Amino acid sequence: MSDPTPEELLLGIDPKPPQTGWMDTPVEIKKGIYCYASNPKSVEYVGLPYPRQWNPIEEDWNLPENWKEIIYKGFRERLDRFRSIKVFMDICVRCGACADKCHFFIGSGDPKNMPVLRAELLRSVYRNDFTAAGKILGFFGKNFKKIGGARELTLDVLKEWWYYLFQCSECRRCSVFCPYGIDTAEITIMGRELLNLIGLNIDWIATPAANCYRTGNHLGIQPHAYKDMLDFFADDIEDITGIRVDPSFNRKGAEILFITPSGDVFADPGTFTCMGYMMLFHFLQEKYGFDITWSTYASEGGNFGFFTSHETMKRLNTKMYAEAKRLGVKWILGGECGHMWRVIHQYMDTNGPPDFLEEPVSPITGTKFENARSTKMVHITEFMADLIKHGKLDLDPTRNDHLKVTYHDSCNTSRGMGLLEEPRYILKSVCNNFYEMPANCIREQTFCCGSGSGLNAGENMELRMQGGLPRANAVKYVHEKHDVNMLSCICAIDRAALLTSMEYWVPEVDVTGLTELVANALILPGEKERETDLRSEPLPGMEGDDAE
Amino acid sequence: MNISYMYSLIAVMVLFLLAYLGAQVTVGKVFLGFIIPFLAAITFIVGFIYRVVDWARSPVPFCIPTTCGQQKSLPWIKSAPIENPSTTGGVIVRMFLEIVFFRSLFRNTKQKLKEGDKLSYEWEIWLWVGALAFHWAFFTVVFRHLRFFLEPVPACIQIVENLDGFLQIALPGLLLSGVVLLAAVTFLFLRRIFIPQVRYISLASDFFPLFLIMGIAFTGILMRYFTKVDIVGIKDFAMGLVTFHFHIPEGVGGLFYVHLFFVSILLAYFPFSKLMHLGGIFMSPTRNLTTNSRVKRHINPWNYPVKVHSYEAYEDEFREKMVEVGLPVEKMIEPEPPKEDAPPEEEAEPPEEAEPPEKEAELPEESEEKE
Ligand code: HEM
Ligand code: SF4
Ligand code: SF4
Repeated sequence: MSDPTPEELLLGIDPKPPQTGWMDTPVEIKKGIYCYASNPKSVEYVGLPYPRQWNPIEEDWNLPENWKEIIYKGFRERLDRFRSIKVFMDICVRCGACADKCHFFIGSGDPKNMPVLRAELLRSVYRNDFTAAGKILGFFGKNFKKIGGARELTLDVLKEWWYYLFQCSECRRCSVFCPYGIDTAEITIMGRELLNLIGLNIDWIATPAANCYRTGNHLGIQPHAYKDMLDFFADDIEDITGIRVDPSFNRKGAEILFITPSGDVFADPGTFTCMGYMMLFHFLQEKYGFDITWSTYASEGGNFGFFTSHETMKRLNTKMYAEAKRLGVKWILGGECGHMWRVIHQYMDTNGPPDFLEEPVSPITGTKFENARSTKMVHITEFMADLIKHGKLDLDPTRNDHLKVTYHDSCNTSRGMGLLEEPRYILKSVCNNFYEMPANCIREQTFCCGSGSGLNAGENMELRMQGGLPRANAVKYVHEKHDVNMLSCICAIDRAALLTSMEYWVPEVDVTGLTELVANALILPGEKERETDLRSEPLPGMEGDDAE
Repeated sequence: MNISYMYSLIAVMVLFLLAYLGAQVTVGKVFLGFIIPFLAAITFIVGFIYRVVDWARSPVPFCIPTTCGQQKSLPWIKSAPIENPSTTGGVIVRMFLEIVFFRSLFRNTKQKLKEGDKLSYEWEIWLWVGALAFHWAFFTVVFRHLRFFLEPVPACIQIVENLDGFLQIALPGLLLSGVVLLAAVTFLFLRRIFIPQVRYISLASDFFPLFLIMGIAFTGILMRYFTKVDIVGIKDFAMGLVTFHFHIPEGVGGLFYVHLFFVSILLAYFPFSKLMHLGGIFMSPTRNLTTNSRVKRHINPWNYPVKVHSYEAYEDEFREKMVEVGLPVEKMIEPEPPKEDAPPEEEAEPPEEAEPPEKEAELPEESEEKE
């Protein structure tokens, strides 16, 4: 079966739950929804347990003999380590407020994609094995257990976990609406940790994680290639602006270290954002003597470990501080990325303290970034907003006049950080046509791109388009109403995922990073008159005399 | 079709019969009026404390508040001090709004697919209204009941009761809370039955407390307005309970024992069930933490060292390629190892200087294919 068309997909959404109760509806692992199993080599490379060949649609998953015991112990351990999990397992009242907040539920109608049921998949086992109520019910027999919402962990239950935990993008939208703040993302994170204990990951997470570990970035770009790519971009920039930019790498003694997701080095339209960074840094260097270096060792801001386990997250994240220390920089500037910033904002400092760094101060405006006093890491939009506010950037927003732009808040920066105004301020400064999407799908209520948390694979395209529907639908709305043709965002996964989702749902709209728009507008000292934007598309008024 | 509510209904009816019939004999009265409430109260108190302490025993390793508004960053950007609280004061206000006014539930929306391809999200306030009415009514009722256990009755209880009875001008003797409680709990029940998604997720343990509370409210209202139970006798009896001077009250019917029995069951059931959300909401890490995780270091008490791919290992693997494109390295490549015996490392240093003039990248196209 090939992937459904948008019309078919919409028709397939069935909001009526099935007749059978969810415990009596066995899991059916569907093509187009599930992701391929992890490549054993990648699992082995990062030293995670039970690397092996296995196939989700086969009956036998080649599980270790004592897998139940491993899960049981792992569960116990996590209950003892994370209050979040313990409380969230106990207090859900099943009010259903979270149910229709999940983009995967909205786009698929599959009731097990309601956050509350996703959590119940684990909670039912928790009740059975870890609560007094479960023990008491179990005493009366299996049927009593079921009435009480408890069940034993069986192979089918395990498969259900795997299938649905990799249909959650850890976006936390459900958590905004839950009266107790129950965060199904937190439960998914924990569930995936358990699955990893018996070697059940997906390849689109395991292999990037292994790559990050080895080469520093998820695409496995080796250092020389990384430099080559940026040299390429420098050529392109030279063609467009007549200015040669010259980024430096792994340079000791630089004032600031720059870390951004490697996706931007590799695939359009992220590449244009990467060019944007290079132009911005060049501009600042020429005008104000800005001193920044890239790193090939810490060449990935994104953290695929976060989709695997807290430990793997830490193993990858640690490189940032390690590299900052080695190079002797004062602080770190972070590029546009979603979960990278969730990790930096809410996890990274526990890996510190980075006492070898200094409290970040913008060398250009003198602004102290007090909100990053401890982590010593500043977001590029915080940095740029400050520059623009102080009038330090020479901007010509008319160079974005061919674009009607809307803005997608990425889940992590909005609900795991609260970075809402900085990007908007920048957008309004660099382009004249900016339109918001409707209120219930932006800011803290923003919808996921549909492919976050490692679900951006090729084989699960139907799932991704289901999950992408709510976001795309809102874009479609502003496209129809305001003729919007450009969707901006500050996340590398968004730039990859939204592109596909737009092609599918709203083909008229393209995707861009924020820094690309800034660079379009940014007037470099001594540049030639620009005829095209960074994508080599003619600027307004320049269409005629474009020779290339 | 989810019929789990039947089990709960049957369970509550059985409990009703047990109490009603039990109250006909003296030994039943002793059990229902004294032993069971006493045991239930103990179970509640011990159970509740145990659960909360048990939660508290697990640490909060990471600072994971759900941020629902603008962060505090640059001074000229207006932050959301409550929805994204960077101070303890902000957290306190946030928690207060959550606990007293169900702030998050207030956001609730209902999603629909219109005209086949348009998603809409409408504000859905009824769950919030119903939930708030239910909890506030429940709270008021519980609070008013303290009058039975305290002598003299404190003024605040009297005030609440007077407020509660403000409709008495029209309907003498009517207290609002009991009626609202019954109405709200019925609404919450009907909602569970009629909204397909909510019915699908409902367990018997979701219906059980609803029926039980319905039963409590219903028997209470019956006693107050219809069977006109002897209040003085009950007060006597209640005072006896708290001062451990049990005596069987005169002139109270089976209904009273049912009421008391239901309350006892609710108390005993409480610590084992989702009703523990009363305690849990105070401890939810996505709500009760400050969002200043980049300003102040959050300590993970079980943090442990992990294996990291060090820069040295990285450079060892890629050194030649790095040198080739002019990336600085820590250790230079050892010149022609076979000829001499290992040259000391000191010579290989100054990484600062190791920047050969910028070479134009050769064959950048191919450099990718290895993996
Ligand atoms: C600080 C105290 C409490 C807070 C903040 C609180 C909050 C909430 C909220 C927000 C809901 C979800 C909305 C709903 O489904 O109605 C809920 C449900 C519920 N609460 Fe509470 N609650 C508290 C104490 C209690 C207590 C003391 C009881 C006593 C029995 C109780 C019984 C229930 C029940 C039975 C439900 C489920 C309603 C349903 O089935 O739809 N709550 N609570
Ligand atoms: S909103 Fe919260 S309490 Fe209600 S069903 Fe969802 S997770 Fe449970
Ligand atoms: S975190 Fe996001 S994807 Fe996961 S259940 Fe909640 S709303 Fe759905």
